[in-house]
Amino acid sequence: MGLRMIVTVKQVPDTHNVSGDAMKEDGTVNRAALPTIFNPEDLNALEEALKIKETTGGTVTCISMGPPNAVDVLKECLYRGADDVILVSDRRFAGADTLATSYALKCAIEQVGKYDLILCGRQAIDGDTAQVGPQIAEKLNINQLTCISAVTAIDEQSITAKRSVEDGYEIVKSRFPVLLTITATTNEPRTANAKKVMTYKNIGKEICNTSYDESYMAAEACAVLNHVKEWNVEAIAADPIQCGLSGSPTKVKKIQSVVLAGCESKQVTNTDAGVTDLIHELIKENIIG
Amino acid sequence: MDSKKNVMVFIETRNAKIAEVSLELLSAAGRLAQELGGSVEAIALGHNLADEMKILGHYGCRRVYYTDDERLTHFTSIPYAKTVVKMIQQYQPGIVLFGATTMGRDVAPRVASALKCGLTADCTDLQIGEHKIKDVTYKNTLMQIRPAFGGNIVATIVSPESVPSMATVREGVMKMIAPDSSKTVEIIPEACRLDDDDFLTEVLEVIREEKQVNLKAAQVIVSAGMGAIDPEALALAKDLAKLLGGELGCSRPVVDSGVLDKDHQVGQTGITVRPNLYIACGISGQIQHRAGMSEAKRIIAINKDPLAPIFGLAHYGIVGDVKDVLGKMIKAYKTKS
Repeated sequence: MGLRMIVTVKQVPDTHNVSGDAMKEDGTVNRAALPTIFNPEDLNALEEALKIKETTGGTVTCISMGPPNAVDVLKECLYRGADDVILVSDRRFAGADTLATSYALKCAIEQVGKYDLILCGRQAIDGDTAQVGPQIAEKLNINQLTCISAVTAIDEQSITAKRSVEDGYEIVKSRFPVLLTITATTNEPRTANAKKVMTYKNIGKEICNTSYDESYMAAEACAVLNHVKEWNVEAIAADPIQCGLSGSPTKVKKIQSVVLAGCESKQVTNTDAGVTDLIHELIKENIIG
Repeated sequence: MDSKKNVMVFIETRNAKIAEVSLELLSAAGRLAQELGGSVEAIALGHNLADEMKILGHYGCRRVYYTDDERLTHFTSIPYAKTVVKMIQQYQPGIVLFGATTMGRDVAPRVASALKCGLTADCTDLQIGEHKIKDVTYKNTLMQIRPAFGGNIVATIVSPESVPSMATVREGVMKMIAPDSSKTVEIIPEACRLDDDDFLTEVLEVIREEKQVNLKAAQVIVSAGMGAIDPEALALAKDLAKLLGGELGCSRPVVDSGVLDKDHQVGQTGITVRPNLYIACGISGQIQHRAGMSEAKRIIAINKDPLAPIFGLAHYGIVGDVKDVLGKMIKAYKTKS
């Protein structure tokens, strides 16, 4: 049958190794100074796409918006079996909130062309917002199934999936095109394939600075991808005003780092006063609300 | 009257009952609306819920715009999002709040995208303040305060240039006010303006399960070991977890002995957690357990045995009887200023 699948992936700072000075003065993230990883639930989204490709056939195109070195996560996609990868990168995308991000990704997806299924990780560990998936769906005017914990059936017209909710789960079905957000429990992501690593580790970037040109799709016909496509604002035919900081209604007013005390153990006496002091300390340090 | 002073809450219903998070949001909305000089309004969707809507009044809601349609009995993305968008456009509130639930996190981003307005996820505090952009001062702006970067920073987000300001808040974060049954809500019926084409999701099955524990997402985990499995200690651990907006966890022996099910198990063979606060109650601290919780930002260990290995890992150690200490913690938190 040949489903046309798009997976959105994000390179994220490893949030367990972040300090307050990793923020820039304008309140946005200084990504260059942080160790980065493949956003975990995006790996689950990729895995689900690859599984569908293996069982029913189809193509998997991965798109990432980020700085030039976000190409690393796209290479990871190729190592696992993605057919095509696109880096959406431009200084004018910097400082984007979820609305501006979803706008840019929507424009990029429209440039890819026809699609049946878009798979996103439910949320990224740097912001935990879970907003970009639904916002892409809204901008493309397509349906969405969020918080998916298993894909239970798939045919030429539709997908059926298990959606985890607070008091249980639901089995929901939607016709294509549809966007799914995938949670960590959906599958166990595969590791990189050694052969594919050899094939793609030195892959170069093909930078597109002009408006989108049909010839960019020609790579799809090749057995082995030669280049990672890099698309800028013009290449995805985006309105620059709606990108980056200028397209972001939310502004960071203030950032405070959560101060961590030393790791030494503190003995708390088992008295009302001792316990009350402890609770107050935890509240003061934003550990509890 | 300026509608921008009004604070609107998206009312979530599960199984034809109003979700607690919606009542918590109404409570928070009351405080914000009072500061703005506006009133609390609500958007509700569903079928045959008019009676249930009366409860909203007890929590300070002045008006609820209620769309009743059989097709809205069960939540689906597009019909809910489109209806909420229409209500916001029609009644133009300054602030809209959603629960950070699977439903709220599904519908709110779609609404924000359609209205091109700001949306801040998982706020832990909401305040009214002012914000300056260049020469323009925006008064009565919603300060959306949330932890970010895995809890390493706390950010204050504003979106004064787009109206409304929207935020989601997790269940249990906002304190619910005491209901006042003398207060009533005006139920304003809204016609359902959806086409069959909007109903693209088919809900084939709805399975209700005993409320599952979501340890991974919990910012606070109160965890019970074999030293805390008598019913009274377990009940206190549960109470403290609920009070702090957290979850009840446990060690493997507690699961093996059948006291709690596997969803609660923290550790190498259970769930690895990284909450802000982990309170280990009567847990000795075997390496398998430590592997699942050592990355918690703060660890409090409560144990009778001063030599329990868990104390070597804890930021705070309390030697004592679990029931006794938990009782004191609950009391201390409830009486915090």
